[in-house]
Amino acid sequence: MSAVIDHGHGDHPHGPAPGLMRWVLTTNHKDIGTLYLWFSFCAFLLGGSFAMVIRAELFQPGLQIVEPAFFNQMTTMHGLIMVFGAVMPAFVGLANWMIPLMIGAPDMALPRMNNFSFWLLPAAFGLLVSTLFMEGGGPNFGWTFYAPLSTTYAPQSVTFFIFAIHLMGISSIMGAINVIATVLNLRAPGMTLMKMPLFVWTWLITAFLLIAVMPVLAGVVTMMLMDIHFGTSFFSAAGGGDPVLFQHVFWFFGHPEVYIMILPAFGAVSAIIPTFSRKPLFGYTSMVYATGAIAFLSFIVWAHHMFVVGIPVAGELFFMYATMLIAVPTGVKVFNWVSTMWRGSLTFEAPMLFAVAFVILFTIGGFSGLMLAIAPADFQYHDTYFVVAHFHYVLVPGAIFGIFASAYYWLPKWTGHMYDERLAKLHFWLSFVGMNLAFFPMHFVGLAGMPRRIPDYNLMFADFNRVSSLGAFLFGATQLLFLYIVVKCIRGGEPAPAKPWDGAHGLEWSVPSPAPYHTFSTPPEVE
Amino acid sequence: MMRHPRLGMGLLACSALSQAQAAWDVNMRQGVTEVSRSVFDLHMTIFWICVVIGVLVFGAMFWSMFAHRRSRHPQPAHFHENTRVELLWTVVPLVILIAMAVPATRTLLHIYDPSDPDLDIQITGHQWKWHYKYLGEDVEFFSNLATDREAIGNRAPKGDHYLLEVDQPLVIPAGAKVRFLVGAADVIHSWWVPELAVKKDAIPGFINEAWTRAPEPGLYRGQCTELCGKDHGFMPIVVEVKAPADYAAWLAGKKAAAAESKAQAGKVWTLEELVAHGEQVYKTACAACHQPTGEGLPPVFPALKGSKIATGPKEGHIERVVNGKPGTAMAAFGKQLSEVDLAAVISYERNAFGNALGDMVTPQDILAFKQAAEAGQGMQPGQPQPQPQ
Amino acid sequence: MSADLPTARLIRRLLLVVVAMFAFGFALVPLYDVMCQAFGINGKTAGAWQGAQAVDASRQVRVQFLASNAAGMSWEFRPEQDELEVHPGASSQMLFVAYNPSGVPMTAQAIPSIAPARAAAWFHKTECFCFTQQVLQPGERIEMPVRFIVDRDLPADVHHLTLGYTLFDVTERQGPVARGAQ
Repeated sequence: MSAVIDHGHGDHPHGPAPGLMRWVLTTNHKDIGTLYLWFSFCAFLLGGSFAMVIRAELFQPGLQIVEPAFFNQMTTMHGLIMVFGAVMPAFVGLANWMIPLMIGAPDMALPRMNNFSFWLLPAAFGLLVSTLFMEGGGPNFGWTFYAPLSTTYAPQSVTFFIFAIHLMGISSIMGAINVIATVLNLRAPGMTLMKMPLFVWTWLITAFLLIAVMPVLAGVVTMMLMDIHFGTSFFSAAGGGDPVLFQHVFWFFGHPEVYIMILPAFGAVSAIIPTFSRKPLFGYTSMVYATGAIAFLSFIVWAHHMFVVGIPVAGELFFMYATMLIAVPTGVKVFNWVSTMWRGSLTFEAPMLFAVAFVILFTIGGFSGLMLAIAPADFQYHDTYFVVAHFHYVLVPGAIFGIFASAYYWLPKWTGHMYDERLAKLHFWLSFVGMNLAFFPMHFVGLAGMPRRIPDYNLMFADFNRVSSLGAFLFGATQLLFLYIVVKCIRGGEPAPAKPWDGAHGLEWSVPSPAPYHTFSTPPEVE
Repeated sequence: MMRHPRLGMGLLACSALSQAQAAWDVNMRQGVTEVSRSVFDLHMTIFWICVVIGVLVFGAMFWSMFAHRRSRHPQPAHFHENTRVELLWTVVPLVILIAMAVPATRTLLHIYDPSDPDLDIQITGHQWKWHYKYLGEDVEFFSNLATDREAIGNRAPKGDHYLLEVDQPLVIPAGAKVRFLVGAADVIHSWWVPELAVKKDAIPGFINEAWTRAPEPGLYRGQCTELCGKDHGFMPIVVEVKAPADYAAWLAGKKAAAAESKAQAGKVWTLEELVAHGEQVYKTACAACHQPTGEGLPPVFPALKGSKIATGPKEGHIERVVNGKPGTAMAAFGKQLSEVDLAAVISYERNAFGNALGDMVTPQDILAFKQAAEAGQGMQPGQPQPQPQ
Repeated sequence: MSADLPTARLIRRLLLVVVAMFAFGFALVPLYDVMCQAFGINGKTAGAWQGAQAVDASRQVRVQFLASNAAGMSWEFRPEQDELEVHPGASSQMLFVAYNPSGVPMTAQAIPSIAPARAAAWFHKTECFCFTQQVLQPGERIEMPVRFIVDRDLPADVHHLTLGYTLFDVTERQGPVARGAQ
């Protein structure tokens, strides 16, 4: 594999523009990737601070810190900001930075649209967060915003919420189109589809999921808008509509959305585990097919979120079986990762620690997911803390640990410096302990009967809630350490070679560290 | 590179172990009905299957992390596919899943059993209380949170059933098949009693069915499980299962009490009595929105303190409480509360939170108001109007 | 860049997918209604049914009637009887009483629902007050009929049907003209 490395003397003789305007007007995939990553980290801290408010209120029984009305705004905003502001933009940031480097492309296919899709995000989230200061408060109907609580009974600010969702949707769709166009049209000669790194594959599939379901989300919020302001009755029973219809349309978007938040992490982990096992990825082809199968299945399982709304028994059975089937391709992935490690030559730098924890904890989340798939058992689990435990186990050690692993793995490439390995390991262990302390006891309180989204609870749930809160505080505070590690790494440190990890493969390691502003202006040759 | 591989593994092992121990005291409740037990068995079956798979997969992983780390295993192998193994771990999970689906399907079909019930109860979710109506029995009542607001505010000690206690529980006879027809008046709620393994969404405009057959008398507690607004966490459910004879006595008593409450409307009340009784009614029916202080939570829930209606003419005040305000969260309490309760709570509101009108609304006033509204209007044919589309 | 042409075509196609999926979101609305009718989701009943059936005197079905008010609805609303025993195929009628105790004219819409939901496909209303909105003057009381036929093909294991109405206050949804006309 050889690469022609461009040092900024190709088609674009200029480096980055000086000053702040560099960031506002940039069309460079690396700059935009950086912007996305910083934006997502800010959103992560904001959404995390809302989580801290929630956990502080739940630290002990009784109402002590916030009113129930504000508590509901916190749970809603925590969910919305983490899903749409932290996890999704972080993956788009990684895609912007890494996909062109991985496939030997000079930039993303649509650089100006790329700039626009990023700058929509601050507008969208500015709008969303501003609702907290409006009369009547911000959205208080949960991130799933079920009608009619989010329509007839919503606070005034719901219109701003709807526009914010529209903007985020447009941004995500443009990002996804950009990824697809880049991957399909800008690959270096010789980079066939089945030679692409798995991160590129999972992102390609994620991008297709995005353009398939984000318009449906846009549709559902548009219907809400019409119900609220234009007198239609999509979801209002009084006018002949149906509140359950909302849930069907929402979850038609919502379930693929779950995979949108995890597939890119699968891809990143599939790059990291082979690197630190010093052994090629086991079952590349089956990984690609498994990803495709998961994406396909995600479209036909949505009603498992609705087992208790009263769907007919045939429907329950169909959605139960289809949901259980997802365990097969997911299992294939886990087995492949374990086989990749098997008889490798393992070392445990921070990216590998996060990746290994990802596999283990995501699998635990998968197990609880399998339990939730069983419709009769779900009658007991549904809308309890068991569900909260489940989706935090797939999202925190899943999506978030995947992002941390990616960040440590590619930080040397981005900054040209090695990060502080000792602090990074500390970050891992504190996150690992904090996260498990926070979320594992939620299984117990959920099974014991604690519903989700309540600001106060019976004394029998008190002990585990206290543990959860302490774990959450630990996990939350630890993320400031991550900020420190990243800033320290940007400002200096041991210079990183082009390929800092001896077991790594791929085009991104053929360019120097830090990656020059323009790379692959002449496409590299892939063997 | 990794300095403490054992510490890491130890922690991971602990977390796996604590999952296994969950069965001891932090597990799902077995419940008291046949359905809840079969759901519990299903839950445990799947849990143990997951544990076995987990032990195998994580075992292989930990062994690899121990034995194949670079210091012990410097030369990595290079294999990267094996069709037979990959096929095997696609097919074997599929077989396990089919094995899981069989008992799950059986339990589900049992839950959907359509046989005739012995008793029908209509359950309606309201923001933030439950309404129970015994069909064919002419008995209906609201069930409100009974926990003292002082305890919620940490100004009084919390009891064992903190937030899981109501003023009037749902009473059902032991051994009978009771069918619940679940609906809602405003937003979506969900009626859940873990010990009975019944959870059904209450959706405005639609009826959902669920049923239970509780074999033994007992007291079972649950909560609303669908976010339904501000006091979602404060609308518990208590089901009291009574022996059939006790149930019959309770039902008779309930009917008698309803008749007596009508009779009480004729009693002569003093202002003090009314205000004292009204304070109790206010706590259960009004305080959630208008707050114990009467200051409300503007703009959604207006203050009563110094409000135009609560300090204005009696008629306006009665009208608002009895008929509610359409299009807002203010419900029509005319049928939710008895004449005595209505008179008491209106009198209380006119003489509390610094409102000091000193006047009193009597149950007779309420009756007169209701009769006046009805006066002069006999049976008339309806005036159906084409529904605009 | 030589990739421009295929990129433009690709983007056009992807945008088409986006538009199609947005439309699909809305298409789910009628699609859902079709599914509801076919599988009896939510116990939604169809509109006015035309036709008649031979009476199956060998079988009896218990039909229960429920009436409840949505939030903010102050009307008194109840069926004249709690239940009827009917033969499949026979046309039956039940009267519902509504009374407006408030001091203003109000408009109401009743929304029907059937339990068990899967039986909804076999429950035919030939005439129903729920097909139209009801306007009541202050203190006015009316009787409103529903005529229905339980289909002969109702699955044999269903012995018991519940027809529930929820009454919604739709006065606010009416234009001022409609309200003024009363």
